[in-house]
Amino acid sequence: MACFLVPTAEAVVTTIATKVIESKERKNLKAEADTESLHVEADKLPFSKKMKWLNNMLWGGSALLAFEHVWHGEVVPFFPFLTAAGDPSSAAEMLHEMATAGVTMAVLVTAVWGCMVAASNYLEKKADEQKKEGAV
Amino acid sequence: MTLLVTVFAALITTIIWYKSANRSEMKLGTLCLMFWSASLMWLVDAIFEYAELGAEFFTPAVADMLNDFYLGLSVVAFAMIIWLVILLLKDPKGVIRGMLVKKN
Repeated sequence: MACFLVPTAEAVVTTIATKVIESKERKNLKAEADTESLHVEADKLPFSKKMKWLNNMLWGGSALLAFEHVWHGEVVPFFPFLTAAGDPSSAAEMLHEMATAGVTMAVLVTAVWGCMVAASNYLEKKADEQKKEGAV
Repeated sequence: MTLLVTVFAALITTIIWYKSANRSEMKLGTLCLMFWSASLMWLVDAIFEYAELGAEFFTPAVADMLNDFYLGLSVVAFAMIIWLVILLLKDPKGVIRGMLVKKN
């Protein structure tokens, strides 16, 4: 009915968070430009880049789900935009679906992203160790 | 059926992404993530539907299956359009920019 609104709301929050993290990383990069720490971090993906994976997943998935809802006539281009919102009993059903399916979707996508970040961190750590061993 | 079509689209895109040398330039990762995340979301939808319908979930009517297949193909087309718009806007190879500069 409107389960895609939960991941969409999360996407708005993570997009803002990405912008904040990106600007902080840029500031840090400027501050550390003359130090050696820059060389150590050079091989690692910045966290903002990893956040962009989550943004792409949430925005992309929500867009495709929104398309499906338009297909089924659950989302309309006029007020109140959600057909279920017009009737109180349907609205309650819609909110229930958002609280169950919608939240599960957002949690699952975020959990998969978490696994991707963990795998990426592990590979970066391994590459860093190999580099250090090579240097010694 | 929509879930199946999206999963197959995600698999094919991931294989192309893995084999492609200029995956970053072509923004193939964005398309992969879009398909995988939509697949995850529809998987959740399918699990909730299965919990409600039980075994009946696996024996849909032919008309419903056909409509879902049609929807799945439309979803793939919609995702490709989004990806193309992103690609043209970011213009990593500078094709559009080059064209505009030439004309000016």
